[in-house]
Amino acid sequence: MSLAPQAPAPSASTSQPLIVLDKVCKSFGAHQVLHDIDLTVDRGEVVVIIGPSGSGKSTLCRCINRMEAINSGSITIDGAPLPAEGRALARLRAQVGMVFQSFNLFSHRSVLDNVTLAPVKVRGIPRRQAEATARELLDRVGIGDKADQLPAQLSGGQQQRAAIARALAMEPKIMLFDEPTSALDPEMINEVLDVMRELAASGMTMVVVTHEMGFARTVANRVVFMDEGRIVETAPPAEFFASPKSERARDFLGKILSH
Amino acid sequence: MNVVLDNLDVFGSGLWTTLKLTALSFLLALGVGVVVATARVCPAAPLRAAGLAYVETVRNTPPLVLLFLFVYGLPKTGVRYSLFVSAVLVLGGYTGAFVAEALRSGINAVPIGQAEAARSLGLTFTKTLRYVVLPQAFRTVVPPLGALLSALVRNTSLAAPIGLLELTARAGQLNTSDPNPIWIYLAAAVAYMVVTLPLGAVTRLVERRVAVAR
Repeated sequence: MSLAPQAPAPSASTSQPLIVLDKVCKSFGAHQVLHDIDLTVDRGEVVVIIGPSGSGKSTLCRCINRMEAINSGSITIDGAPLPAEGRALARLRAQVGMVFQSFNLFSHRSVLDNVTLAPVKVRGIPRRQAEATARELLDRVGIGDKADQLPAQLSGGQQQRAAIARALAMEPKIMLFDEPTSALDPEMINEVLDVMRELAASGMTMVVVTHEMGFARTVANRVVFMDEGRIVETAPPAEFFASPKSERARDFLGKILSH
Repeated sequence: MNVVLDNLDVFGSGLWTTLKLTALSFLLALGVGVVVATARVCPAAPLRAAGLAYVETVRNTPPLVLLFLFVYGLPKTGVRYSLFVSAVLVLGGYTGAFVAEALRSGINAVPIGQAEAARSLGLTFTKTLRYVVLPQAFRTVVPPLGALLSALVRNTSLAAPIGLLELTARAGQLNTSDPNPIWIYLAAAVAYMVVTLPLGAVTRLVERRVAVAR
């Protein structure tokens, strides 16, 4: 007989997918960048989106928390449709962390203030408590000693780890990563990927747009390959990298994995 | 020369009024500037239109006419303020339109990623502006704000024709009782410069202190 506590029966809210995109279309002016995107992300799943530049993967990622408004189709987060611009959207964004290619740390505030701003001003957490949590998070991403410095005093890798801590401070249900290592010097990429690996291992639901195939191979539950605004194929990483089904994916992998 | 030296107290009291008028008008201008600049960049189209209408109205009207309208016209509708308060409201409202435009250019100079990061964390439009964008915008517009403050010091002389006894009006009074326009108005001009010249240095100092490391 097992001594482990019985897992609770999955309730409706835990069994349904966390993110559902249904026939999502998005255009910038006359240029359509997303065509009928269908994508479902389950709780705790790590989905890595790869594809050539201009394939729409960043736009797709940015549509999930409505940094970009879609033209048609629907996006559902945790069972609720994505609200229109306004307070309801702000409340939703508070639960969806985002990490940007260019870090976007608030340049006029210390690293610690970057991490505490949203918990204090959005969630109303007392400053002292927010600072304690922030210092724990900064320790967790390995830059506890940088708390009182300004972002410009940090290296790129340190800034991106601070940005991850800032997003985590809101205790998000989902983390979106929009090419988080593309602006980094090669030697700093791993320190950021390590933090993301640890986050994935902790059960965070993640959508990651990246060119880091090693990360996709080892961390993703599913790889989504996009080209020209369409999802060309979706597969577990082992399957995708060993035998991509589409000609386009084979061509893409051939080009990036050959050197 | 003696007419100046014998009446330093008169110049002093005029200068004091000028300084008070400048300080209060500039505070009001900063407030008006923040509100109008916010309206001009906000997502609500009617507010943007209202902000634009305010700026265009103020920019295309001589401040002296606005002052006359306020001091002679408004009392006809039953609204009456003291001369000093009227001057503060008009000069502050007038300068505020220019502060708004300076701030708006500062807001546009803040990288878009700053606002995106704030919004992605759940900050509303107003909180994004207040905690992330405006503090950075202010830093880039310190030089134009300094220029506006200097212009405001000189523009306070517009309150002389309505009878507020600031520096220029005091000089005029003196010239009526003891005519010596060369020395009297030269002294007034120097008194204005004593205020405005150090402003440039102060502006540069503030600029250095608040410069954003990017």
